[in-house]
Amino acid sequence: MKKQIPILIVFVTGLIMVLQFFVPHAASEFLFTYANDFVIVIGILALPLGIFSLMRGTVIKARKDPRERFYAIVTIVGFLVMAIANFRRDSGPDSLAQNLFSYVMIPCQATIFSMLAFYIASAAYRAFRVRTWLATVLLVTAFIVMLRIVPLPEPFSSWNSSLVQWILAVPNMASKRAIIIGVGLGAISYSMKIILGIERGYMGGDK
Amino acid sequence: MLQRLLSLAPLLIALSHPIAAIAQDSTLVVAPLLSPPTGLRVGDSPDDNGHGVLARWSVAPDDAELLVYEIWRGPSPTAPDSVWFQVGSAPRGSEHFVYFDEDASAQGQPNPAFVASGEPIHLRVRGRSGDGRLTAWSGAATGVGKGNWFHRGKTNILVAVLLFGGAVAWFINSARRGKELYIRPIPGLGAVDEAIGRATEMGTPILYVLGTGTAGDVATIAGYTILSRVARRTAEYQTPILVPVNDPVMLAMGQEVVKEAYTQAGRPEVYRADNISYVSAMQFPYVAAVNGIMRREKPATCFYMGIFHAESLLLAETGSGTGAIQISGTDQVSQIPFFVAATDYTLIGEELYAASAYLSRAPAQLGPLKAQDYAKLAIILIIIAGILALTLAHWDGILRLVRTPV
Repeated sequence: MKKQIPILIVFVTGLIMVLQFFVPHAASEFLFTYANDFVIVIGILALPLGIFSLMRGTVIKARKDPRERFYAIVTIVGFLVMAIANFRRDSGPDSLAQNLFSYVMIPCQATIFSMLAFYIASAAYRAFRVRTWLATVLLVTAFIVMLRIVPLPEPFSSWNSSLVQWILAVPNMASKRAIIIGVGLGAISYSMKIILGIERGYMGGDK
Repeated sequence: MLQRLLSLAPLLIALSHPIAAIAQDSTLVVAPLLSPPTGLRVGDSPDDNGHGVLARWSVAPDDAELLVYEIWRGPSPTAPDSVWFQVGSAPRGSEHFVYFDEDASAQGQPNPAFVASGEPIHLRVRGRSGDGRLTAWSGAATGVGKGNWFHRGKTNILVAVLLFGGAVAWFINSARRGKELYIRPIPGLGAVDEAIGRATEMGTPILYVLGTGTAGDVATIAGYTILSRVARRTAEYQTPILVPVNDPVMLAMGQEVVKEAYTQAGRPEVYRADNISYVSAMQFPYVAAVNGIMRREKPATCFYMGIFHAESLLLAETGSGTGAIQISGTDQVSQIPFFVAATDYTLIGEELYAASAYLSRAPAQLGPLKAQDYAKLAIILIIIAGILALTLAHWDGILRLVRTPV
């Protein structure tokens, strides 16, 4: 019963979701919106579980390793300050919560994101090493594509621009579409397996 | 002479009268100069939720002189002009217009254009030229919008889904009857055992990252399936597995999957719920937390399975920097190059979905994989047919086969 009932729920809800795709009627739209609202409700109900996990993990880490204590305190204090700031009624553009978000959270996120530039450089170095003739083709193609942003004199600029357009629109697009078609079919096939109860790995497997 | 002039006086007075009337009443000056569109009919707009009506008409005889047709709505067919309001326009030459509005309020105010399902909608049409001249009104027509139970524009998708579903069922049956189904080797999945073995030998944990998708994404569910298999092996080898997640629902699912895998492996006592932890719901704090785990715990093996966005390279490069063997898999086309560059093995697109079949080799799992291959063959044939039809026969009817409504 522990497996059968969830599989039955997945089968019924999955079938409804498939059918609603073909039914434009308002009743079908209502069902879809209702189901999506349930997802939000489930997410909110699960939030305390997430907060408990975060706090518990942080405390355990701090207890195990003294070097982690400072970071653990920062995490817990940051969490509490943000939570208390959001409980306050003033939610305008100059509120504490908004200021914390704008002047602490966003700069921190931007810092992490900007590290991507350095990581791209190191990954590109590995990817563009000339080891095989295929890697050489990749390197030459990448070189041509990157040249597009360099101000070249005419007529090189227009030749390069046309060549880059062709690379992006023909060979690159062909491979992208091949992957997208495969992903689409794979997702449909996988969804069918889930709806029919063949795929149970997400519930911990068979038995 | 005078007598002749006096005899003409009534005629002059009679002629001057309408001129005076015209000069006094300006409304007579704007009498329509162009002929109106005709035969207006308003009926249900097909393939919608009941909040649309379809207006059809025949173009005005002076269509070539027009710029647009204006579609106006009124409370009743006989209502005075002052209460009618414009609800849309269609370029000259058009013979139909779909009037759709299901927003009952506009910025807190009642929306006069709201089309309630089942209520009569009164429309009329007129043409306007580029220099502002108007046609007369077409006659008013009334129609009712009704909700439809099938979107006819999606018939091709329905047929494709049914054919694909039939093929899946056929191949599952074939596999169950004992027919051998070949799957090409996938190096990334072949390396799973090797990667787990490496972590076991080194005595370090395995890091399993499910990405920044949600529990409702197919790729994330595929990630759970692989997690289940990996966790079973780690339970057998008693190697810790760390699963940081970005969603509380995914946390509950992850704990259940790993716990079940440990139970099935006969090692429920080794399971640690704390190893599957929630770190943050936001993308870059999640990256910071996972990168921190990598730097501290130095996992020998990292798995990245699921949906990834800009964080893919941030995670994979950090993992590469710690010397971990890395296996990645995602269906996000834009992130695949990053994973190919930075990880040791990559499951490209559909290979992520093939993982459970590949690892289990169960007939019911292999059937859909075979159906996928035949669907790909069918798509290739349709593409070739499309190229031939458009290039050689200049026939674009084949596009209707694959066109889908937005």
